[in-house]
Formats: sequence, structure tokens, C-alpha cells
Amino acid sequence: MQITVKLFATFREGRFKQADRDYPIGTTVANVVDDLAIVPSEIGMIFVKGRAAEMDYVLKENDALALFPLLGGG
Amino acid sequence: MAKVIRVNMTDLTVRTEEAPAAWAGLGGRALTSTIVAEEVPPTCHPLGPNNKLVFAPGLLSGTAAANSGRFSAGAKSPLTGTIKESNSGGTSARLLSRLDIKALIFEGQPVGDAWYRVHVNKDGVTIEQETETLGKTNFAVLESVASRFSEDFGVLTIGPAGEQMMGIANISVRDTEGKLRSFGRGGLGAVMGSKKIKFITIDGDGSSPIKLADPNAFKAASMVFTKTLKDHPVSGQGLYTYGTAVLVNILHEAGGLPTKNFTSGQYEHHEKISGEKMYENITARGGEPSHGCSNGCVIQCSQVYKDTAGNYVTSGFEYETIWALGADCCIDDLDIIAEIDNVMDDLGVDSIETGVMFAVAMEAGILPWGDGKEIIRLLREEVQKATPLGRVLGGGTLAVGKAYGLTRIPVVKGQAIPAYDPRAVKGIGVTYATTTMGADHTAGYSIATNILNVGGKVDPLTNVGQVELSRNLQIATAAIDSTGLCLFIAFPALDIPECLGSAVDMINARYGIKLTMDDVIGLGKTVLKIEHEFNLKAGIGPEQDRLPEFFELESIAPHNVKWDMDQKELESFWNF
Repeated sequence: MQITVKLFATFREGRFKQADRDYPIGTTVANVVDDLAIVPSEIGMIFVKGRAAEMDYVLKENDALALFPLLGGG
Repeated sequence: MAKVIRVNMTDLTVRTEEAPAAWAGLGGRALTSTIVAEEVPPTCHPLGPNNKLVFAPGLLSGTAAANSGRFSAGAKSPLTGTIKESNSGGTSARLLSRLDIKALIFEGQPVGDAWYRVHVNKDGVTIEQETETLGKTNFAVLESVASRFSEDFGVLTIGPAGEQMMGIANISVRDTEGKLRSFGRGGLGAVMGSKKIKFITIDGDGSSPIKLADPNAFKAASMVFTKTLKDHPVSGQGLYTYGTAVLVNILHEAGGLPTKNFTSGQYEHHEKISGEKMYENITARGGEPSHGCSNGCVIQCSQVYKDTAGNYVTSGFEYETIWALGADCCIDDLDIIAEIDNVMDDLGVDSIETGVMFAVAMEAGILPWGDGKEIIRLLREEVQKATPLGRVLGGGTLAVGKAYGLTRIPVVKGQAIPAYDPRAVKGIGVTYATTTMGADHTAGYSIATNILNVGGKVDPLTNVGQVELSRNLQIATAAIDSTGLCLFIAFPALDIPECLGSAVDMINARYGIKLTMDDVIGLGKTVLKIEHEFNLKAGIGPEQDRLPEFFELESIAPHNVKWDMDQKELESFWNF
């Protein structure tokens, strides 16, 4: 199934901003994180279609997954 | 002896007093709000002789504590009609503390047309008539002070907007690089203008380092404190690299980035105005991605932004500024936004109020959506020259919306709503509605827990837990705003217990007192209650603790949500 993966801030270094990628049915956020060699403890925010999600979230066809390191501002 | 200096602008006299014992444990916001609440009649006209303008460094200002270079300005606000505390970096907080000045209070109002400059040094305060810089913009004032007096003075100045007593006027503060920081919100520049003070200079020459009651304990606590700031990923790394503008992409993803005058929660050109894009531009052009607003800052959220030719354009280029002009006004070009930021600094106007006002002006048809060049023209040709249109714009978001008969006017208590949509981030809606300051994200930054997963997680899209979240944050913020510490210490403080603990230890070692964490939280509560009481007496009651109606009528993409919090639940905010 196709998943749009969006990366931000330091996660873009050596990777990409946005890419449509193929994953098998049943893929979780954690699987994608692993596939991209992102250290799980560095993840600050996970959004799937604009809603906060956890690492065990099971992705669906055409989901947009956004991964951010821990960041802040204000 | 800690001093309180009263400058009477009616008869141009100065009185230096010993700080009363009751004010001993107060600094920053706690002190400005206490003084305003005790001494300013709540029903007075904010621009009349009965208002006072108070500056107070925080409890730790002037010490070696990391990020302790902030200070507060307080008055009754001409924009909101409420009590107001605004705080700023720059060099002056440290200078005031080292001169042992606990509060600098401007009272009264000159009867004639003359304008004045005020000078503060180790011998006291002098008032002189000022003509040379009248009508001049802030950068010209800084140049004038440097050439006539000294490059090392702390400077607090108002631009043309303050002189004309506009609601969008701020008070600008010289920073370590000779550029500007601001007491941005609430139109405090208009209060300074109403007292006919063009600028204040502070000479720290002959002042002595802060005397610490227990230097060893202070040093030990200070090391722990600094370590917590450096260890936390937000204060230690994220803000250093990308600045606060990193929030553009985050809020876009979360669907809470108010766009085109709050008609959508996402902006299609978000990447072009993002923190990532800013970082790319800055590093490619020889700017500085990391920079402090005051001495002793280890977070370095500020930056120096240059144009494609490598010339300085602006510094302290903040998320809220970029959001207001970018997503809210639909300007998809960071370079033009930076140019506008520079013009706003020069004129002395609040970048949030002004940016949100221009989005409303675009909806009103005064200028086309996304037209940054026209914003610069309107600022220079209308606002700066105080033409009739310039005065309408200079009145702020509410003034423009009313003048043009609009209903989508994003303000609470007359102050523009900042960069987080309350329909998609409910906790910040509680803060906007209930804070004593009028719409102000910094008063209780629920974004930390609603979106950034700092200090736990509270779902931003439901009403559950939002009042409690906002209340706890507002109490903690009122306490932090009293210390002289940068509010961004809240990020480590929410996750690392030693952060606030060591801050309290530093205060104790500085003054030889024994505050507990409960005392500090108690201080935060007291500050909020003092401010709330002032507002009630000023005629601003619970019926104004609400968001504009359009948030209840219009849903926002992508989550298709409205503001639907029960008013009684909102009012329960004050149950503490």
C-alpha cells in the first residue's frame, strides 16, 4: 500500500522532505521509523492525517504520516 | 538597598524610595502587576494622567543565571482596557538590576506639548526636553543615542506609532547587537507616548555586580539549572537550530495554523515560510541561525536573517510574526516577511497585532491578499505618517474590523489572537479566553502539551482537561514571568523536575530566603488573582472571558471543528 511520509527538521538530513513509499499491509508507524533508520527516542511528534498517533498505529492505504523530532517554540 | 524610582511626568520631578518590605519577594510581572493594581485606578483612561507605566527587572535579572535577561513592563492597556504585563529581552534588565533599581515607575502626564527623554544612572534619574528625535523611527533613535551619548546605554524607545498613541505601538528595547527587542503586546508604546517620553536611556557605569546572599549555593544551583536547559531537546537543540519558526510546519500538520484570516487551519505554502526554510536561507547567506536576545542566553532561539546579497534584514524573526504575515495574510515569501519585520521594528509596532490586523484589512479589501509590498507602503506612508487610514490601521485588529463592518475579527478583549487556532487546539482557546491579558499565547502555552508532547499529552481536539491544563500553565507562567527568566525555560521545566527546583534555589541563594516550590506556585496564583481583580474593577468581567462568536459558527479545515466549550466550564478556570 502507498503511504506518504513527511519528515521535518533534523529528520530530513540525509533523507527527504516528502516521499510516497510502498509498505505491506499491516505496517505500523514503528515499522516506518525503523525502515528510515530514525532513532525512536528522538521522535517528538507523530501525525497521521493531521491527528496525533502513536508508534503502534497501523497505517492504512494513502495515509499521510508526518514525523517530527522533539521541538518547541512560541 | 533596592530602590523604587518614581518619575512624575506632570511636574517633572523624581523621587527615589527604598523598596517597601512587602515588595521584597516580588520582581518582573509580580511587581509590575502589584504596583499597577495598587496604584492605578482600574477605571482610568489608559492614556490619561492616572495610568502609570512600570518597568521591573525579574528576581534573577542581572545575575549569572542562564536566560535571566528578561524584564517586565506594566500598565493599564489602551488596547484591552485590562491590566497588562509585557516582557522583553535586551540589555536593560541587567543594567537596572545592577543599579539596584527594583522598579522604575512613570506617573502623571505633562500638560504642555513638549516631549522628554529620561536618563537613568547610578546617581538617579534626570528628565530633559527632547526635540531631535521627535517623529523619528526607532533605528534613528538608536543612532542618535549612540552619537549623542553612548553606544553602551540601555535604550527603551517608542517609534512614530507610540508618539501617535496607536493601539499597535510597542516599546522597543536595545539588544546586545544594537538592534531591537520589544515589549510587544497591549499598546504599551501608546502609554509611553501619552506621557510624552520619546526614549529612556540607562547607563550602568559605576554599578556593581549583584551581591549574592550565598554565592556558593547560587553557583551550584545555577549549574544544575543550565544543565537542564541544555539537556532538554527543545531548549538545548531545537530552538537553537530552527528558532521558533519550526512551529509553522508543526501547526500546519496539526491543522491548527490559522490561515487567510482564520478561515482554514492549513496553509498550502507552509514550506516556504517554515523554520526549515529559514534555516536554509540563513546558512546559505551567511546569517546567524542561533543568537540570543540578551546576555547569558543558552537557548539562542533568535537569529540574524540576511537578504540574498548578504545584507542584514532582521533579527529575532519569530514564529508568530512569520505566521501572521505568512499564513494569515497569505504572503508566501520569507524575504518580504523579513523586510516587513524590519519596518515594524523601525516604526515600533507589535508584530502580532500588526500582522493579524493586516489579514483583517485584506478581508476588508484595503489591500489584496498576499501583497507584502503594499503592507510596507501602508506602514511607511499611512501608519508612520499617521494619516486617517494610518490611524485606523494603527488602532489594531479590532479597530479595522469594526471600521469595515466585519464579523470575523480574531481578538479577545481587543487584542489579536496569535498563531494557533483555538478550534483545533482547544487548550490555547481556554488561555485566550481567560487570561487577564487579552488573547495571549504566552500566558498559558497549552501548545506544549496539546501538540508538542512536552509535559505530557492532552488531546487538542476535545474539551477534556483543557481548563485544568491552561490553569496550571497560567499559574506557572505568572511565576516564571516574575523571575526574569525566559519563558522558554518552561519546556525543560515541564519535563525535568530539577529545572524549576534549581531556579527556586537560585532565588533563595540570591536573596538569602527560603522559598519552596509551593511558595512559587502560590506567587503565580496571587499574581493572576491580583490581575483578575483589577480587570473586574475595570469593568471587564466573565462575559468578556470568551472567544469571538465566529469560532462557534464557522468550522475550520482539515478537522472540521468549531469552538464548542461551555461558558460555565470556561468560567471554572478561576476556581483556585
